[in-house]
Amino acid sequence: MAIRASRRIADVVAFVFATAATTFGLVWLTWILWMTFRQGAAALTPSLFTQMTPPPGSSGGIFNALYGSAVMILLAVVIGTPVGVAAGTYLAEHGRHTRLAAAVSFINDILLSAPSIVIGLFIYELVVRRAGHFSGFAGALSLAIILLPIVVRTTQESLLLIPDTMREAGFALGLPRWRVTRQILYKAAMSAILTGILLGIARIAGETAPLLFTALNNQFWSANLNAPLANLPVVIFQYVMSPYDEWHTLAWAGAFVLTAFVLLLNILVRLIARKGKQG
Amino acid sequence: MNATAAKILEAPRPKKSGAGADRTFELITSGAAWFVLVLLAGIALSMAWGGRLAFKTFGWRFITSPDWDAVGGHFGALVPIYGTLVTSAIALIIAVPVSIGIALFLTDIAPRWTRGPIAIAIELLAAIPSIIYGMWGLFVFAPFMAAHVEPWLSDHLGGKAVIGPLFSGPPIGIGMLTAGIVLGIMVIPFIAAVAREVFSAVPAPLRESAVALGSTRWEVLRHVTLPYTRSAMIGAIFLGLGRALGETMAVTFVLGNAHDLSASLLMPSNSIAAAIANEFTEADTDLYRSSLIALGFLLFVVTFIVLSIAKLLLLRVNKQMGRTH
Repeated sequence: MAIRASRRIADVVAFVFATAATTFGLVWLTWILWMTFRQGAAALTPSLFTQMTPPPGSSGGIFNALYGSAVMILLAVVIGTPVGVAAGTYLAEHGRHTRLAAAVSFINDILLSAPSIVIGLFIYELVVRRAGHFSGFAGALSLAIILLPIVVRTTQESLLLIPDTMREAGFALGLPRWRVTRQILYKAAMSAILTGILLGIARIAGETAPLLFTALNNQFWSANLNAPLANLPVVIFQYVMSPYDEWHTLAWAGAFVLTAFVLLLNILVRLIARKGKQG
Repeated sequence: MNATAAKILEAPRPKKSGAGADRTFELITSGAAWFVLVLLAGIALSMAWGGRLAFKTFGWRFITSPDWDAVGGHFGALVPIYGTLVTSAIALIIAVPVSIGIALFLTDIAPRWTRGPIAIAIELLAAIPSIIYGMWGLFVFAPFMAAHVEPWLSDHLGGKAVIGPLFSGPPIGIGMLTAGIVLGIMVIPFIAAVAREVFSAVPAPLRESAVALGSTRWEVLRHVTLPYTRSAMIGAIFLGLGRALGETMAVTFVLGNAHDLSASLLMPSNSIAAAIANEFTEADTDLYRSSLIALGFLLFVVTFIVLSIAKLLLLRVNKQMGRTH
């Protein structure tokens, strides 16, 4: 049976369009990564990881920024994870069919996509303005708020994936519900929850907007969480905005480190997830 | 939880010791769940509270006036609002068809073994930090636009009736068009992920019957897949819109931080998020700071509405497909 020419052409056009669209997406990915890695690799030096951010016109490194970012991410995980796991547990276990759980699930998804700059403003109003100064602690708090919904969501999803027969087996042994959750369900969901936390870390590692008015930046070495704290994203932001070539080079090096970290973490997580599926 | 387990839970317990701990555990977890709600309310309230001075001083003029004069103390947010809407619109015009194309490619066209890797590559677009997009946009993409794309646009389209004013002006590379394109690239993975998921959830018999009736692939997409997944696709588009409206770092560098209202997409402009990022630490008066927080309040309310619509549409679809969340 012959297909009319116009229909066949429409089909070929759709085929070409879909292929072109995918190529379009992949071209951007390649272009962005290629530029970041080429410019960044050229700017990589050993002193990058040992020296402090320099004043304009001289060379230096980003050690203080890497340290500050690491500390704030760690603190955000310490603050955000317990709350997130607890809330996710409620959504999947005790509260599974309650109205509260439905509402929290809904609001959590909105927080997941909420503009991160508004979270920065929120912590500014809540912490920075009251304290009267920027601080690494405020920065960590705003990162924790961004991490929280990610942890809530993954905890909820990974607990819901566990078959109810596992819960019933625990109850049949006479275990109270909290022990079933803690000793059986958390064990079964552990790798999935960890995956979620790792993805959350990858996300907050690059967050810049919420740190602009909370941690700000610090050109010098400081480990004081109650004072402005250097961090990689804001260093990149300020150096990109500056007119100095040395700072642009350092910004590319920082971008390279940041992108490599985030991509490696993402790939690692996918490998873990795939292994979990097979095992 | 099924009926058997529920009955066992309600049955009297020989030992009472578990009950107290159970109650505590439930209190802790439900407290954390409440915290999520309180957090969202807290963000909205603190934005409203921080912006009250600006809203009280300017009233509706805060939204309708294009004057943003830090020295004179007049703040009207029309330019950032306009810039936010225009750049987000450009982003969606690019991202929606591309995402549908990617989803079609991944569910229908690509050889099976390439689907996983390509899908991961598209997802990685969402993993790249937005500051990297911004930096690449400023140092690589804006010069590219200025050298190759914008001169062509203003030569060929700048003189036309109706759309001419959109593409006139000097090709400086920084402006709403460049920012919109960068935003478009950023939201592609979000829309494409949902599109791919719902495309592959279209029941096979539906598609197969269309094919059996002699439909081409294009006709299956146009008359079966897209109508079947319509509300999910609209949800996905709103999700992308919510992301585009609030994106900060990717557009701050390439928008140009200008407070002039201009019809041309090639001219520098501003967006709500970019204005806050650029000016907040420089805001030296209470009114200035309050105006920026008021901008944050507007952004939060608008993205809340857009994301709620997205979530409601996607929830409905999930229910149809028989999933619980």
